[in-house]
Amino acid sequence: MRVPSVERRPSFADEVQLRRALDHLSGVDAVGVTHRVAKLATRSLKTSTKSRAIDLALSMIDLTTLEGSDTPGRVASLCAKARRPDPEDPTTPAAAAVCVYPDLVADARRHLEGSSVAVASVATAFPSGRAPLSVKLADVGAAVEAGADEIDMVIDRGAFLSGRLGQVFDEIEAVKAECRGAHLKVILETGELVTLDNVKRASWLAMWAGADFIKTSTGKVSVNATPTVGLVMLEAVRDFAEETGSLVGVKMAGGIRTTKDALRYLVLINETVGSRWLSPDLFRFGASSLMNDLLMQRTKQRLGAYVRPERFSGD
Amino acid sequence: MSERLDVMKTYKLLIKGQFLRSESGRTYEVSDAVGGFLANAARASRKDVREAVVAARGAQASWWESSAYLKGQILYRWAEMAESRRRDLADLVQRAWGIGEDEALEDVNAAIDRLVWYAGWTDKIAQVYGGANPVAGPYFNFSVPRPCGVVAAIAPSNGSLQGWVDVVAAPLCAGNTVVAVASHEHPLAAFALAELTATADVPPGVLNLLTGDLAELAETLARHEDVDGLDLTGAGEFATAMAEWSADSITRTYRPHPGDDPTRRLRSFIETTTVWHTMGY
Repeated sequence: MRVPSVERRPSFADEVQLRRALDHLSGVDAVGVTHRVAKLATRSLKTSTKSRAIDLALSMIDLTTLEGSDTPGRVASLCAKARRPDPEDPTTPAAAAVCVYPDLVADARRHLEGSSVAVASVATAFPSGRAPLSVKLADVGAAVEAGADEIDMVIDRGAFLSGRLGQVFDEIEAVKAECRGAHLKVILETGELVTLDNVKRASWLAMWAGADFIKTSTGKVSVNATPTVGLVMLEAVRDFAEETGSLVGVKMAGGIRTTKDALRYLVLINETVGSRWLSPDLFRFGASSLMNDLLMQRTKQRLGAYVRPERFSGD
Repeated sequence: MSERLDVMKTYKLLIKGQFLRSESGRTYEVSDAVGGFLANAARASRKDVREAVVAARGAQASWWESSAYLKGQILYRWAEMAESRRRDLADLVQRAWGIGEDEALEDVNAAIDRLVWYAGWTDKIAQVYGGANPVAGPYFNFSVPRPCGVVAAIAPSNGSLQGWVDVVAAPLCAGNTVVAVASHEHPLAAFALAELTATADVPPGVLNLLTGDLAELAETLARHEDVDGLDLTGAGEFATAMAEWSADSITRTYRPHPGDDPTRRLRSFIETTTVWHTMGY
């Protein structure tokens, strides 16, 4: 194992040490977490606070298309939407990034040139992560080569669940090296990790291994991002920052469709890790339909009337 | 044995096939003709309007795409359900208005008959208001009536059940979905009739019913971009303002005139699509 790239991140001599470190993490109080999430969900943002929160949420979106049927044309329209989400209102903030499969990175790069929008690419045999390491690394390499600023990798859930923690750790490190400066988001696929304790352990493992972001889900399994999992990950990030001094981002992906959901996550962040994380540098939404709902609410705030969904381009 | 307590009903909102309290949690008291307590009804808020419009929009395409025959069967089924509850409905009308039993039953009967009449219209709209037009060229030219989409209907404030059936069933039979606002003073009979849609196979979201204060709901409803038609029958003092608000999003409006042909309302919520098609080959 190589020494972790970020200062003060601990290094582990072998899998036994890693396992011991993970075993030292306290357990997650599932009842308490559920209760806290439910309590924070009752907070309501109104008027100017709501407007600012909507704009903040828009600026945190990784506008995503991850379908087998993706075409360069679809990527082009997605990029146009990311740069200027509401053509009628130039004050609308642009999305944080456009997230595509590796073979479409070059297209996205071309369409986003000269804008603040980053290109993110899923890699490492997304979404299952079932491929030899060499194939995963080639996948990452190709995406970086084509111009990806951010790489969303998936962990090997099979290895994690069967206790081969060292393998998961090594893979993340190897991918991190292959990223050559591109930001690395590590997808834990929390819907397949079964328990909140596992979510916490996987979060720490990924952060120790060098993740710049930890991300909930691929969006390809039945259980996606939930506020409960979000809280556990945010707490892990907070504790990690306290322990090591490095700030790791969180990305909630899949199933977040409404402004209400998005604003609840913003409340969760503010109350858990603080306002430092209320920035696209440290928090993202992986979503596509969420953007239109935010735009509808934003236009409602501006015009004072509910607007029709057709006002905004479909995705 | 102790005296039995009455089980008083709280009338809720009907949104997407569910009977819901107002999102705001508010209710208001509905009184009978002499000011006595009749029931509590939900007092809808602007957010309830939004939810109802979303429900109506979600149900519109499949309601329109279902066959005219099926739409007719469903509306007729609704009339069937109402027929077996005539006395209950008449009782509500009677207490609301303080009129005699016979007079109340007359309104209910007329309402049910109207429902059957609209059920009959579902498969005749295309024949009556559509057509194959003669044109000077080698083309077929068709006019095809289509629904506006989501229609917001303000029920007559006098609480007439027949008037309520008119404002909701006319847009429904043309393939629109409806967000109706019941009379503030007399919502109970309308609500009781709307409840029967649950057993008449009316798909959820096709008919949504709000009760509450029109002063609070009028602007939100009229300015809502996703509302395509507006029946101002019971809008009273708000009718002109609502028509103006709705103009921003190019909404079709209907205001009744004395001596109106009952089909005028029906025609108000139809768009006509004209299709050209080459002949031969």
